[in-house]
Amino acid sequence: MSKLISYEKKNTRIHELSGFTKLVFFILWCLTSALTYDTRILHIMVIIGACIYRLSGTSWKQVSTVFKAVMFFMLINLLCIFFFAPYQGCDIYKSRTDLADLFGNYSITAEQLFYEYNVMIKYFTVIPTIFIFLVTTDPSELAASMNGVGIPYTVSYAFSLALRYIPDLQGDFRKIRNAQEARGIEMSSKAGLMERIKRNASIISPLLFSSMDRIEVVSNAMELRGFGKKKKRSWYSKKKLAPADYAVIAFIIVFSAAVLIITYMDGSRFYNPFI
Amino acid sequence: MEAIIEFKDYSFKYRSQKETTIHDINLKIYPGEKILIAGPSGSGKSTLAHCINALIPCSYNGEVKGELKVAGQDPATSGVFGMSKKVGTVLQDSDGQFIGLTVAEDVAFALENDAVSQAEIFDKVDRAAELVDIKNLLKSSPAELSGGQKQRVSMAGVLVDDVEILLFDEPLANLDPATGKRTIALIDELMQKKNLTVIIIEHRLEDCLYRDLDRIILVNDGRIIADEKPDKLLAGDLLSKEGIREPLYISALKYAGAEITAEDKPQHIESMNILPYREKVKNWYENSEKNLPVNNNPYLLEVENLSFSYDTGSQDRKYVLEDINFRVRKGEILSIVGKNGAGKSTLSALICGFYKPLSGKILLNGEDLTDLSIKERGEKIGFVMQSPNQMISKPLIMDEVGLGLSCRGVPEDEIKERVEETLKICGLYPFRNWPVNALSFGQKKRVSIASILVMKPEILILDEPTAGQDYRHYTEIMEFLKKINEETGITIIMITHDMHLMLEYTDRAIVLADGRLITDDSPAAVLTDEAIADRAYLKKTSLYDLAKLCDIEDASDFVNSFIYYERKIRSNV
Amino acid sequence: MKIKFGIKEVVATGIGTALFVVLTEVQIPLVIVPNTALQPRMAILSFLAAVFGPMVGALVGLLGHALGDALFYGSVWWSWVLPEAIVGIAIGLFRKRFGVKEGAFGKNAIIWFNIVQIIANAIAWVGAAPALDVAVYAEPSNKVFAQGALACLGNVIIIGVLGSILLAAYSKIAGKSSSLTKED
Ligand SMILES: Nc1ncnc2c1ncn2[C@@H]1O[C@H](COP(=O)(O)OP(=O)(O)OP(=O)(O)O)[C@@H](O)[C@H]1O
Ligand SMILES: Nc1ncnc2c1ncn2[C@@H]1O[C@H](COP(=O)(O)OP(=O)(O)OP(=O)(O)O)[C@@H](O)[C@H]1O
Ligand SMILES: [Mg+2]
Ligand SMILES: [Mg+2]
Repeated sequence: MSKLISYEKKNTRIHELSGFTKLVFFILWCLTSALTYDTRILHIMVIIGACIYRLSGTSWKQVSTVFKAVMFFMLINLLCIFFFAPYQGCDIYKSRTDLADLFGNYSITAEQLFYEYNVMIKYFTVIPTIFIFLVTTDPSELAASMNGVGIPYTVSYAFSLALRYIPDLQGDFRKIRNAQEARGIEMSSKAGLMERIKRNASIISPLLFSSMDRIEVVSNAMELRGFGKKKKRSWYSKKKLAPADYAVIAFIIVFSAAVLIITYMDGSRFYNPFI
Repeated sequence: MEAIIEFKDYSFKYRSQKETTIHDINLKIYPGEKILIAGPSGSGKSTLAHCINALIPCSYNGEVKGELKVAGQDPATSGVFGMSKKVGTVLQDSDGQFIGLTVAEDVAFALENDAVSQAEIFDKVDRAAELVDIKNLLKSSPAELSGGQKQRVSMAGVLVDDVEILLFDEPLANLDPATGKRTIALIDELMQKKNLTVIIIEHRLEDCLYRDLDRIILVNDGRIIADEKPDKLLAGDLLSKEGIREPLYISALKYAGAEITAEDKPQHIESMNILPYREKVKNWYENSEKNLPVNNNPYLLEVENLSFSYDTGSQDRKYVLEDINFRVRKGEILSIVGKNGAGKSTLSALICGFYKPLSGKILLNGEDLTDLSIKERGEKIGFVMQSPNQMISKPLIMDEVGLGLSCRGVPEDEIKERVEETLKICGLYPFRNWPVNALSFGQKKRVSIASILVMKPEILILDEPTAGQDYRHYTEIMEFLKKINEETGITIIMITHDMHLMLEYTDRAIVLADGRLITDDSPAAVLTDEAIADRAYLKKTSLYDLAKLCDIEDASDFVNSFIYYERKIRSNV
Repeated sequence: MKIKFGIKEVVATGIGTALFVVLTEVQIPLVIVPNTALQPRMAILSFLAAVFGPMVGALVGLLGHALGDALFYGSVWWSWVLPEAIVGIAIGLFRKRFGVKEGAFGKNAIIWFNIVQIIANAIAWVGAAPALDVAVYAEPSNKVFAQGALACLGNVIIIGVLGSILLAAYSKIAGKSSSLTKED
C-alpha cells in the first residue's frame, strides 16, 4: 500500500497558522501560478516556495515517494508536449531559433526549450505548497476552514468525513485484498482485459457495498445527534486568527494582485526573452 | 404516573420483509425506570429501539401500525431531530457511529450541530470525557482505538447532550468485563444525577444486574413474552427456556437443587438470601466429579519473544506487544483475554501475517512462518475478525460463505453441500438466499464465522466470536466449535471478553495486560485470582462469591466442578 | 428541479470521496498504449451519481479527484478536476430514469445509463478538459485533445463495464420489496 502524504504534528510557524489562512494562501497561490507565464515571477515563486518549505520543517522522508511520482509525471508530460507540438514555443514567442535537428521534422528550438522550462518550473512553484499544505494542516481544522471561506457546512463536513474514512477504507481495502489473496486469486498475473476488470470487481464490489451500508449507519448516527438541525454550526477545532494569519493573508492577496498586474500589463501572459 | 414511553398495539414491518418484524407491542415505561430488553438475536430488540428514536419510520421504510408516544410526542411526526432532543442513543455498531476525525471532535459532534460556542464545547467535552475515562485519548484518531475504547467514545458523545431517555443498544458487546462493570455503574450514576430513564438492550444479563434493574422485558420473535421484575424472572425458568444466559451463581444454585424464590432477592449475589441453600450447594460440591482432560499433543503453534509496535521508524516507539511467549498444543482450545487495547487483536493479526513483527518469531508445526505470505498462512490458519463488516465481501449469504471454496476450485455441488451444512450449523439456513444487509448484527457475525468454518483450516482464530450473540446461538456456535475440535482435532484460539466462554469452553487462558503476557493458566485459576483479575481488568466470577458464601475453601476447585458439570449436561443434550 | 443535499447525501459524498481517493491507486493498464490506464474509481463515481444524484456526483468528482491527485501524485491538475464534475452531474441528472434503488436497473436502464455516460465523458474529456488546458495552462492543443480522447475512451470502457455491473448488482439487493421470507 502506498504511503500517502499525511499531517504530522510539529511546532513550527507554519503549523501554528490557522487552516483558513493556509487554505486561502494555497488557493490563491495555485491560481496565480496557473495564470502567469512570466518566467521572472515564476522564479520568485520557486524561491518563496523553497523558503516556506524550509520553515515548515518538513522532512524529505514525509514526501519523497510522492515527489518521485510528480517528477515522473512531469517528465512524461514534457515529453508528450514535445512530441505532439515541437514548435509550440515558436508559436508563443513568435520566433524560431533552431538548435539541433532530430528526426523527421522534429528539431529542438530554443523557444521550445524555454517554453517547456516554464511548464516545468510551474510544477516547482506548486509542489512545495501542496506538500506543505497537506503536511502542516490539521485535517480536523480543514473542514472548519472550508466553512470559513464560504463553503456550506454540509459540503465542508462531507470533506471532513472523507478524510475520516480514507484510512478506514484503505485498511478495509487492504484486508479485502488480503482475504482474496488467502483465497487464491492472483491480482497481478497476465490476463485479458475483461478478466482483469472482473478481478478488480471482486475487491471493489465488497468495498463499495460495505460502504453503502456504512453510509446508512453513519447517516443514522449523524441524524441521531442532530446534524443539519440548524443553519449554522460551530466547530470544535476551529482556530482563531492571529496577527500572523492576517499578515499572511494580506501578503498573498497583494502578491497575487501584483503578479497578475505585472503578467498582463503588456497584453500577453508570456514573458518573452526572444524579442 | 404518566408513562414516558408507551407502545399501544404497535407493529412494524420493514419494507423488504414479507412478515412483520415486531407485533402488537404493548409496553409502558415510566420516568426514572431502568429497563433491560433481552431476547435472542434477531428477535427485534434493535427494531424496538429504532421505533423510540424515530429512525423507524423516518429512516427505515416500512409499515407502522398502532400508536407510540415518547416523552409526550409521536416519533413519526417529531422526526429523528425532534426525538434526539429527548432520546440519546448509543448504537450497536460502535465503528459506524464514530464520525469525528478525532475522539474530541466525535464527542463534540452534537454540540457543534447545536452551534454551541467553542468555549462551552471544550468544557463539556472535557467533562464527558472524564466521565467515561477517555481524557488521555482526546487527540487520538479512530484507527488508533480498540473496539472497547470506541464504545466509550460513543457514550461520551451522547452524554454531552441533555436528554431525558438514554437508549443503549448492546453497550457491553465489545467491553472487557471490568470496563463493562464500570459502564453499568456509570449508567447508574448518570441516571441518578440527571434523572434519566434508561433502556438497555443487552445479552450479558449478569453484567447488567451488577446494578439494580427495575424491569426486564423479554422479547422473542418480535413479541414481548415477559415483562417482570428481575427477582421474579431469575427465580423462574423462563430465561433458560428462552435461551437467555442466567447468572452463573443462579445456574450453580439450580444445579445444586435449590428452588429459588423471588423473596430471596436473587438479583445480586452479595445481597441474596443464600442461607437456605448452603447445605445443598456444599453437598453438591462434595459429590461432584471433576477430571478435566489433559492435553499432551505436540505443539502446533509457538510464539517466541514476539514484540510489535505500530510506530515505524521513530526511536521512542510505543510497544503494543512486548516479549510474548506461549505455545499451543494441537487440539487445544485456548482463550486470550485482557482489557480493551491490551493487544489481543494485534496478536492475532501478527499470527495471520497481516503485520510483520518487530522481533521474535512464530512457528507452526515447528516451521518458521516468517517468510510465508498471507496466502500461504491462510491455508492453515483461519481467522474470523472482530467486526463482521470487515469480512463480508459478497452481497448474498450463500455466495459469501461459498467464496473461499469457489476460489480454491472446489466443484460446484460440493460447495453447495458444504455451505448448506455450515449454514445449518450456524442457524443461518433459513436466510440462505437473503442479502447480507437485511441481517441483524449478530446474524452477520455468524455469517462471518460460517465463511471461515466452511474451509476447514488447521487452526482457527476467532476474535470475539460471541460478541452480540444471544445465549442460544452462543451455545450453538460454541458447541459446534467444540464438536469440530473433538472430531477433527482442529486447534482453536479465541479472543474474548466473555468470562463464561473462557471458563466453559477453554482449557487454558493467556492473559495480556499492557502488551505483556501476565499469566498462562487454567481459566478457573485465573478467574479466582484477585490480583490477576484486577490487573487485567477481568472480573472475578460470581461462582467465587458463591463458594465463599457457602464456606467452600477452594473456590477454584468449585469452579472446576461447575464447569465439568456443565460440560457433562451439554454433551448429554 | 430542487436538488436535495440532506444528511444521506452529505455522508454519501464523504464516504464516496474517500472511496474514490482510495481507489486512485488501482489502475488497470490498457495493453495497447503505455501510460494510459483504466481507472476503476470512475466506476465508483458513476455509481454514486446514479444512486445519489447530481450534487453527490459533482462533489465526489471534484473533491475526490483533487484530493486523490494531491495525496498520491503531489499535484493537482485543476483543468482535469472540473470536468470530473460534469460526468458526475450528467449521470446524476438521470438518476430517476435508472431507478437503481427501486430495483429497476434492467436492460433499458443500462442502455440509458451508457448513452448518458458516453455523452458525458465526451463532453468532459474531449470538450472541457482540453479546452481548459489550453486556456489556463497554454498547453499545445493537439496534445491535450489526444490525451482527452484517450481518457474518454478509458472511462467509457470502465464505466460501461464495471459501473454497469456494480449498479445492476446493487439494484438487485436494494430493490427487494416484501420478498424476504425464512425458508426451511
Ligand atoms: N434494515 C432492515 N431491513 C430488513 N430487515 C431488517 C432490517 N433490520 C433488521 N431486519 C430484520 O428484523 C429482524 C430483527 O432485527 P433486529 O436488528 O431488531 O434484531 P435484534 O434483536 O436487535 O438482534 P441482535 O441481538 O442480533 O442485534 C431480523 O430478523 C432482521 O433480519
Ligand atoms: N492500526 C493501528 N495503528 C496504531 N495503533 C493501533 C492500531 N491498531 C491498534 N492500535 C493500538 O494498539 C493497542 C492494541 O490494540 P488491539 O486492537 O490489539 O487491542 P485489543 O486487545 O484487541 O482490544 P479490544 O478488546 O478493545 O478489541 C491499542 O492501544 C490501540 O490503540
Ligand atoms: Mg440488535
Ligand atoms: Mg480487539
